Amino acid sequence: MAVRKTIYFFFVPGLLLYAIFFLYPTLSGFYNSFTDWDGMSDTSGFVGLDNYKTVADSIIFKKAIGNNLRFMLSVVVVQTLVSLIVALLLTKNKKTTVALRALYFFPTILSSAAVGFIAAYVYDPNLGLLNELLRMLGLSALANNWLGNPSLAIYSIAAIQAWAHIGQMAILFIAGLHAIPEELYEAAKLDGGGKWAIFRRITWPLLAPAATIVVAYTTIQSFKAFDLIFVTTRGGPNYATEILSTYIYSAAFQNYKFGQASAASIYFLFIIAFITFLQFRALRANRVSY
Amino acid sequence: MPLRIAGRLFLLAFAIIILLPLIFLIVTTIKDQQQFYASPLGIPSSFTGQNYSHLFDSQPMLSYFSNSITVSFSTVVLELIVSSMIAYGIYRIANRLGLILYGIFLIGLMVPAQVNMIPIYSFMRDLGLMNSRFGLILVTVSMLLPVAVFMLTGFMRALPKEMFEAGSMDGAGEWRLYSQIALPLSAPSLAATAIFLLVSVWNDLLFPMLLLTDKAKMTLPLALLQFQGEYSTNYPGLLTGVVLISLPMLILFLLLQRYFISGMAAGSLKG
Repeated sequence: MAVRKTIYFFFVPGLLLYAIFFLYPTLSGFYNSFTDWDGMSDTSGFVGLDNYKTVADSIIFKKAIGNNLRFMLSVVVVQTLVSLIVALLLTKNKKTTVALRALYFFPTILSSAAVGFIAAYVYDPNLGLLNELLRMLGLSALANNWLGNPSLAIYSIAAIQAWAHIGQMAILFIAGLHAIPEELYEAAKLDGGGKWAIFRRITWPLLAPAATIVVAYTTIQSFKAFDLIFVTTRGGPNYATEILSTYIYSAAFQNYKFGQASAASIYFLFIIAFITFLQFRALRANRVSY
Repeated sequence: MPLRIAGRLFLLAFAIIILLPLIFLIVTTIKDQQQFYASPLGIPSSFTGQNYSHLFDSQPMLSYFSNSITVSFSTVVLELIVSSMIAYGIYRIANRLGLILYGIFLIGLMVPAQVNMIPIYSFMRDLGLMNSRFGLILVTVSMLLPVAVFMLTGFMRALPKEMFEAGSMDGAGEWRLYSQIALPLSAPSLAATAIFLLVSVWNDLLFPMLLLTDKAKMTLPLALLQFQGEYSTNYPGLLTGVVLISLPMLILFLLLQRYFISGMAAGSLKG
């Protein structure tokens, strides 16, 4: 059927908004990354790649990338493993399983700012839930300054991030499990396959697309975390929880180095784009259509 | 058999991990400050609503609520109209140009909001749209456009082509095909998309923080951030704010669970 011209009008409002409030700002940010703009004055000088060099040489920027990776790896490992186990245990559509799925999913709908405040309360060294519970159980030795201890803080926040999103990822795994044809399991049982053999030969390989999605999504989501860290530690103590997004924020809005902050944003953009590209490739390799 | 018991124990332990912070959060908000500091985990001898009434007395809570409702509702409605039109267009064109247009929006999926925070901030300042809820709505609609287009295009591709061909034969124009066939048929997916968008906008902190400085215009998550400075270690007060901003979503979640779960799952596929 021929395409009628009127159909192109359907794109007009969206393209206008998108061009003005998304594409243009992104491009202007790209331009700013080559200038020494302070965010205030009307003038700025073109400095070429200087900002990129300054940022790349900055110790805090390197620290931020390291923290980003630590945060990402711990969230990905915990979130993927736990959500997979949860999903395997909650495949049947019984009343209790459906209720449990909803319960586990619930923290996903909380704002990450709210989750951040919950984390601040849970981890408070003196009045916090975690330390109080440990003391009550006679485990005072394990009590810690969860957000104030530089070697622990980033992992404490990673745990809360996983707490908030495991249910969401479990839903993706459950969808993947439901997509596996029942006949395969029946055939395997007839052949006398044990539980472990069935899991290894059928469930695991056929779950690969869902696992790819969960890992990719968790990777990007944890790499982009901002609110949670901003609310709990603002990157401290001593930059122990500084990640790229908080680094960009303070470079721009506390130090007024808009040029450098823009260069850091572009680094950030390329990292995310690269991860997204890998995600699309992995999904294509798994030949899945969601 | 031991495996089954281990599984049950795992589910129970995880349920406790999810519930425990939430239960203590709520219990803390109905304790007064003295009780909380004397015994942070203890069950209070009497429950009080004073944290809630204090918050409403000392803060313009109703205006925060009305700002959040205005911004969220307008954003979601505007977003659904604009993105469903695009998704319909992509579905109907179905040629190379359609794919290119789709690709232009998909590129946006790769750009995280934090990359855009600096340029959006300076651009909105230049436009004189600082401290404007309308400006915030336009920015938020644009930021969420890629994911909304992605979700709705995926859903619309599943619609039966024949219905549109039949409608077209009967002389219906694109606008009628869109509004009388495409939209009604997509109702469940529009609902899931709407929920995903609503949760995203209701909970957004970054753009309100960049664009709204006037207390009278703030949305709830931003107001909460203000309390952090004012209440410093008054946990009962702070957590009361957390409960209040989460309550509307909790009620909606209990009513519309199915759409929440499918919407948030579909939304998460975009990464």
